[in-house]
Amino acid sequence: MIAAIILVCSVAFFLQFFVPYCRSVIASSAGHVLSEEVQDVTGISKQPAGDDFARVMQLLMLCPDRPEDRGEIRAIGVYFRLLNVVKTTAARLAPSLLAWAEKERGRCTYFAAVALDRRVAFSRDLLAQQIEA
Amino acid sequence: MPGSASYAILLLGTLLEALVVVCAVRRKVLKKYFILNFYMLLCVFVSLARYHILTHDGGVKSITYRYFYFYSDALLTIVLYFGLISLYISVFEEMKVERYLRMGAIVLLAGTSWFSYAVVSQSSHRMLTYFAFELSQNLYFVGLILTYVLWAAVLKMRHTQALLVQLVLSLGIYFSAYAASYSLSNLHPNFYSYVAYMLPVIGCLLPLSWAYAFWRVPEEARLSPQRLAMAGSR
Repeated sequence: MIAAIILVCSVAFFLQFFVPYCRSVIASSAGHVLSEEVQDVTGISKQPAGDDFARVMQLLMLCPDRPEDRGEIRAIGVYFRLLNVVKTTAARLAPSLLAWAEKERGRCTYFAAVALDRRVAFSRDLLAQQIEA
Repeated sequence: MPGSASYAILLLGTLLEALVVVCAVRRKVLKKYFILNFYMLLCVFVSLARYHILTHDGGVKSITYRYFYFYSDALLTIVLYFGLISLYISVFEEMKVERYLRMGAIVLLAGTSWFSYAVVSQSSHRMLTYFAFELSQNLYFVGLILTYVLWAAVLKMRHTQALLVQLVLSLGIYFSAYAASYSLSNLHPNFYSYVAYMLPVIGCLLPLSWAYAFWRVPEEARLSPQRLAMAGSR
């Protein structure tokens, strides 16, 4: 019985920490201005849509991997899936939650676009170094 | 867990733990977050010892490995508990309540140990092993509650230091994931085989997120925790 209570509390606490953590990671990329070429490729300028997340992630996977952003991209991927669950379940009962989930999904997309931008810049630097060598 | 997979996760975890200390040194915050970094360094040594046992004493299913795993885990949990208290001291720095926090932490640790002992005292055999397991589980849950209270204090006091916020949230994720795993394995002994897969993976979460925090989040960076916590906030 105690183990079951601890389990339920732990899962609830996990979500209480996981959501702000993901939002803090996303917040770190909010001030980043996307380069024009990434804006052209993704079609994202200021108001990203949550539905574009999968497409931006596909583009992201085409770029050479950067070890330093692998963990945060995975965490945001999990957060995005969690938001999808919220959108299809709880948000149907509360319209304000639906609006919030949609906004958060858009932020996830913007985060992915920023990661794409950084990977493109990283690849370009790598190429420049190889040419110089 | 297959041998190669457990070795890979152990190696990954050890590298991440070492990376946390390297990043802290590079960012010059080693002294400020000394206990957290001491914990990570201790994790590295424990991981090396676990690797030694894995390779010399018959792998992950050996009794020696299981005993060492739970005893070392109990030790690491106690150090992490004091790491959490050090975060409390950072958050409440201006209130000059360091002495009371330390005293409260020791009383709470003693209370948790006594409770764990009371729970396992009915088992006549292998009591020390059960005590180590029980203490770990209870300390994870106490740590989880304390982290939650600390997060509430960060929100209430409008503490805006991004690095501290990320350290606290990472700790909360880690404690809650561990507490959930332990309680799952306590619900039914059959669940232990699944939990045994999850524990090393969960163990990588904390060094991964702390390494990220020390590496990428400047000490002077600020954010509003209230905006992170509230669903529906902009």
